[in-house]
Amino acid sequence: MKKLVASLAAALVLAGCSAPAGTSSPAVASGKTVTVFAAASLKGAFTKIGDAFGAETGAKVSYNFNGSSALVDQLLGGAPADVFASADESNMKKATDAALTAGKPTLFATNVLTLVVAPGNPAKITGLDASLDGKKLVVCAVGVPCGNALATLEKNLGVSPKPVSQEQTVTDVLGKVTSGEADAGVVYATDAKSAGAKVTAVAIPGSEKVVNNYPIAATASTKDAALARAYIDYVTGPKGQAILTEFGFGKP
Amino acid sequence: MSRARTPQARPLPGWLFVPAGLALAFVALPIAGLLTRVPWLRLPALLATPESVDALALSLQTCAASLILTIVLGLPLALAIARSTGPWAAVARVLAVLPMVLPPVVAGLALLVTLGRRGLLGAHLSAFGIEIGFTTLAVVIGQTFVAMPYFVIAVEAALRTLDPGFEQVAATLGASPSRVLSRITLPLLAPAFVSGAAMALARALGEFGATLTFAGSLQGVTQTLPQAIYLAREVEPDAALALSVVLLGLAAALMAVSGLVNRAASGVSDG
Repeated sequence: MKKLVASLAAALVLAGCSAPAGTSSPAVASGKTVTVFAAASLKGAFTKIGDAFGAETGAKVSYNFNGSSALVDQLLGGAPADVFASADESNMKKATDAALTAGKPTLFATNVLTLVVAPGNPAKITGLDASLDGKKLVVCAVGVPCGNALATLEKNLGVSPKPVSQEQTVTDVLGKVTSGEADAGVVYATDAKSAGAKVTAVAIPGSEKVVNNYPIAATASTKDAALARAYIDYVTGPKGQAILTEFGFGKP
Repeated sequence: MSRARTPQARPLPGWLFVPAGLALAFVALPIAGLLTRVPWLRLPALLATPESVDALALSLQTCAASLILTIVLGLPLALAIARSTGPWAAVARVLAVLPMVLPPVVAGLALLVTLGRRGLLGAHLSAFGIEIGFTTLAVVIGQTFVAMPYFVIAVEAALRTLDPGFEQVAATLGASPSRVLSRITLPLLAPAFVSGAAMALARALGEFGATLTFAGSLQGVTQTLPQAIYLAREVEPDAALALSVVLLGLAAALMAVSGLVNRAASGVSDG
């Protein structure tokens, strides 16, 4: 019976009728594939969301995780995608400006910066303050999203810590801390969570004022707008949101 | 040394130039493609930014330092492994060139787990207050690690084909091994020495993996040309292209030097 409903619904979608607004991810997509280009920081959460979405709808979710700006480059180059989820609004703007997206992007998650230190915080670091004096701090370079967010945060807090290295990606920052080369690093709350017991997160007082917003949008080139919509609805709906929270993301 | 014949004396079948041309196009086209995208008019402005100037200066300084290290350490190594026989010499020969074929990030990880704060040697150094990570020294070590094999392999190959007659005569005339080395062997090695050094320098300029995983990236301290290019891709793609042109130009000049020296050396033996 369920299968029959699914195929009926799929037939409706194929016929071009969009699902009525408000229905959250109906079983419409048995055997179909939705291709999602998502920021690298979403890998854990979106993989789980993809499994849950697939189990519910029968659709297969195919992911391409990369840096947001690299994803925009790929979309500009004509890479086939149905959904684009960016780690920041500036890269989503690049995509919307180039008419790569269909409709207005929706904010679905937030992320804040946090300090990560060796497990148990042996160096007794308390924030972007004097506790970092003489310690090896690693951050993201200005120009990459996490570095830009840190620059804003530093301005807000009126501090200017002296890092020993400005890395190209947040993964490199995390790696320097987990390998023990650096005493502290500034990463996103979600990165701290994904590193598990290998690091201890030390919240930066005031970090909640510099929030990174994650927008999501269907692409203009999608061949299945209804399925793309269903995926986005799932991400922004209660089930998707619960998974995102689990991975350390904040509510939009 | 056997006399090399001139190319004219050894004609090649005409069809060979078709795949040869394909091979040349295979390597030349991507470089041509890069050059078409370079914002030539803005090149001076893009290269005059503090980031670019610092990266260029740091690359030249660290490469000069690693070239000196490469020669000081690599020359004795090349001599030793070229003149040694037996299984241990074979092992040493493989080890000496291994960094050449390691993926860049593997080279970086190897240095990290050895010289890093929790590394095999690094942990002991750290106890004495010596920490290499995030310093310019780390960049030099990384560059030397990947570049030295190019020098060693060039010098070693030349040593193997060296006519032993001169050295034997000098020795029978009573010259000490050190004197034979400095008066006979090294002068004969000069072309291989220069061409090997040029290749090692070119490789050092492009070193990326060890710096990325081990040295970090800080303007003026550890941010070399390749690091600056990698970062600029995200921030200012035109600057990345401009810096790539500089790197490409330097590498091409070094390869030309290496080629010219080799050509001149074989010209001498042509008589």
